[in-house]
Amino acid sequence: SSSSSGLSSSSNSSSGGRSFRPAENGLLCLSFLVFFSRGFASHDVVSEKSSGTIQEDSHSQANSTAHKKTFPVLSFNYEHVRTPFEISLWILLALFMKLGFHIIPTVSHIVPESCLLIFVGLLVGGIIKATGEQPPVLDSNLFFLYLLPPIILDAGYFLPMRSFTENIGTILMFAVVGTLWNVFFIGGMMYAVCQIDAAELAHVDLLSCLLFGSIISAVDPVSVLAVFEEIHINELLHILVFGESLLNDAVTVVLYHLFKEFAHEQTITVTGAILGVISFFVVSLGGVMVGVIYGIVGAFTSRFTSYSRVIEPLFVFLYSYMAYLSAEIFHLSGIMSLIACGVIMRPYVEANISHKSYTTVKYFLKMWSSVSDTLIFIFLGVSTVAGPHTWNWIFVIFTVIFCLVSRVLGVIGLTAFINKFRIVKLTKKDQFIIAYGGLRGAIAFSLGFLLDNDEIKNLFLTAIITVIFFTVFVQGMTIRPLVELLAVKKKKESKESINEEIHTQFLDHLLTGIEDICGHYGHHHWKDKLNRFNKTYVKRWLIAGERSTEPQLISFYNKMELKQAMMMVESGSAAKLPTIVPARTAFSISKSREEEIRRLLRANLQKTRQRLRSYSRYELLNDPLEDNISEARFRKQREMERRMSHYLTVPANRQETPPVRKVFFQPEHKVYTYDDSESPRGRASPSCADDVSELKETPEKPDQSSTPRANRDAELKPKEQDDQGDQLKVSRCLSDPGPNPEDDEDSTFLP
Amino acid sequence: MGASQTRLEHNYDDLTEKSGFSHEQIKNLYQRFQQLSGNNEKISRDDLERIPALNNNPIRKQIITAFFDKRNQHQNDVGSLDEIGFEQFLMVMSHFRPVNSKATEEEKATVRKQKLRFLFNMHDTDNDGIITLDEYRTVVEELLSQSGAIETEVARAIADAAMLEVASTNVPHMAPDDFYEGITFEHFEQILKGIEMESRMHIRFLDKNAATMRCGKLSS
Repeated sequence: SSSSSGLSSSSNSSSGGRSFRPAENGLLCLSFLVFFSRGFASHDVVSEKSSGTIQEDSHSQANSTAHKKTFPVLSFNYEHVRTPFEISLWILLALFMKLGFHIIPTVSHIVPESCLLIFVGLLVGGIIKATGEQPPVLDSNLFFLYLLPPIILDAGYFLPMRSFTENIGTILMFAVVGTLWNVFFIGGMMYAVCQIDAAELAHVDLLSCLLFGSIISAVDPVSVLAVFEEIHINELLHILVFGESLLNDAVTVVLYHLFKEFAHEQTITVTGAILGVISFFVVSLGGVMVGVIYGIVGAFTSRFTSYSRVIEPLFVFLYSYMAYLSAEIFHLSGIMSLIACGVIMRPYVEANISHKSYTTVKYFLKMWSSVSDTLIFIFLGVSTVAGPHTWNWIFVIFTVIFCLVSRVLGVIGLTAFINKFRIVKLTKKDQFIIAYGGLRGAIAFSLGFLLDNDEIKNLFLTAIITVIFFTVFVQGMTIRPLVELLAVKKKKESKESINEEIHTQFLDHLLTGIEDICGHYGHHHWKDKLNRFNKTYVKRWLIAGERSTEPQLISFYNKMELKQAMMMVESGSAAKLPTIVPARTAFSISKSREEEIRRLLRANLQKTRQRLRSYSRYELLNDPLEDNISEARFRKQREMERRMSHYLTVPANRQETPPVRKVFFQPEHKVYTYDDSESPRGRASPSCADDVSELKETPEKPDQSSTPRANRDAELKPKEQDDQGDQLKVSRCLSDPGPNPEDDEDSTFLP
Repeated sequence: MGASQTRLEHNYDDLTEKSGFSHEQIKNLYQRFQQLSGNNEKISRDDLERIPALNNNPIRKQIITAFFDKRNQHQNDVGSLDEIGFEQFLMVMSHFRPVNSKATEEEKATVRKQKLRFLFNMHDTDNDGIITLDEYRTVVEELLSQSGAIETEVARAIADAAMLEVASTNVPHMAPDDFYEGITFEHFEQILKGIEMESRMHIRFLDKNAATMRCGKLSS
């Protein structure tokens, strides 16, 4: 709703003739394209924009075209590519900055990325201004329609549902009550400040102050994400602050519109207030409902996408984006709609789409949100240099102070109340981090930018920018050392463990059972009911094929296996690159040898394939994935061989080898230790099955192969290598000879 | 009924001390106990199996067995009972009390150990102190039992992978001839230390400070 109203007011104040019609199916693409180009071109009207060099070029072009009579062999026409060219330049700039910060490690440890980006924006804005041009301002349409959705979608799609739902009460309290408190406290106190004669702010009335309060109070998800991502705080705090920043959008939207209406009419009516309360529920629940509808439709569509896998990711993106836009049409909360859509869609879509599509979705979301995030901060910096500012010491300083004070008071007060209902209480440390993590960001700026053009707007904008700078720079920079200082619990390294998954489910059932025995319809009872409803009705409609009946444990296990396979492949290929000794012929095995190896491995894989067939009831029936899985398993084996050959020639202490070793490599070894006579145990891990049988077939080879290895082991780094060496010896015995660069090895193994 | 009531009142303090519940919670649980037992003094397995809501629970057998397991009575006894009285009922329930947030670290660790022990006992059906591969396989099979016809091979594969994980985490440097017998309690603790038992394994309404506490009626 903010953006739609933004559209209307900015079309009045800035770009003169532009208007936006709600998307209808046929016109959607058209308006999208037109709008996108106008979005940037709007800069021309707001503030003439062109970077210095480009200006000259267009002049020269105008000159040159005037004289042309003969056929132009080489001509210059910048105007018609101007908009996409400039957009690309800005994005490139953003990406180079991002790259630069990571290449220079020292700075990024102290200063969070967002600060650096704002700083860069300031520089760029300064340069543009110095050349005499007007720098572009962060256009609100651009922000709300293009820059914000990817970030929110990325956050919503990967929202950790379990901790979110466990803490939903707390999050809602902070989001709704906390924001309301902030709005009225800041608005009220600023009005009081404006009454001070020395401030010369008497023209700012109560309603304007409340409007200002509603803009500045909301915690911003973009800033929170940007800062919290780098400090790796524990999941509870992360989800509390982040969840709050997402859900307070509804409150912000309602209050903003409410006070804007009131400010126009200069009166507050009781009916207005009541309508405001009703509007809050409509906005939030309506937004969620729109998201849910799109989510279900999206999940249902994904059921059929097996016919064209390539476009699968697009469905995810488009449905989510349309959920956002549709909510904005009705002035509902777009953010909540987007989150709801992503959350609803995710479990079903993930069961339906291929693994590659899943990876694509994941990476595209991360990519877009990363670019958006970078652009937002750079533009914030540029806009600071650009915009007309009205600096009023008292107003600005008091704003900053009151923002901090109200946040602290709000958190303390709410926590005292919430802790009565929480099992895991929030400690003082937690409260401090929550209060300190209340960062403001670009949403506040964009909302402020949408205000009607007048003196107060500039005053507000200046104050907003100052608060944003303060929170992002001061709070953003100091939060990391404070987290260290206070020894706040950090994020656990999530090592996906099948034991934990088994026991999580076991616990769920156990607690549900105990609740049933007590006859108490609690938390677990309803969750269990929801799960069963989901399984019997919803999944059948929304998930294609046999996957709909797959129990969660099995899908988890398959996912884990697949992940391990992928990890193997990736670490295998990554292991190839950096430390390859140039003298080695870098895996240029002759084709025939490779074919022989492949044949051998494929013969072993027959058994694996048979096993896979018994799995097939629980995996996608569609061939691509099955091929991928067996392909992955095949590659898993092959890469394992490659990696092991690396152990012999590559120093031990490299990053990627230990984790893989722990997860996969060792189990291979351990399999061998089971009593061979019991075949189920011997076949404990599918691909090992073949290894064990392989071993039985080639009894004398291990001795042959182990000796050259033993010799080589002695040469290498002593410390870790010994353990690896022993295990390698045994595992070497276990497994097939991999494609091996050393020629002599090949010759001993292969017939 | 009246006589047992007064006898119960004498024991309130005793029960509170043993189980950690408040008087009111004990009273509520006693009401529930009466419902389940049909106003008898003891509950048998059939009484628990009659609860309709439990039918959908894949591990109901283990849960019911846990109530009759002597090991959960904190008395270093082994074996199983055929019937349990109210006190034993309470003792089992006490495993699901939330930990007091003001407890010290040692107290939390003790509570955690207690809850983990309860889980361990549920898995270790032959009470030899370790969870063998077969026992673990049974656990996984039971978990998957409600999901339609599952091939035992799938359940086995999962159980085996899980077992391997425990082995590799706890005994990383096993010699080739070693044989991993089963999950001991220490290994069990180790593998589950990612899950915060003291805060996950509880029933909310058994919290001492819960505002309201109601046991539902047994609907049949």
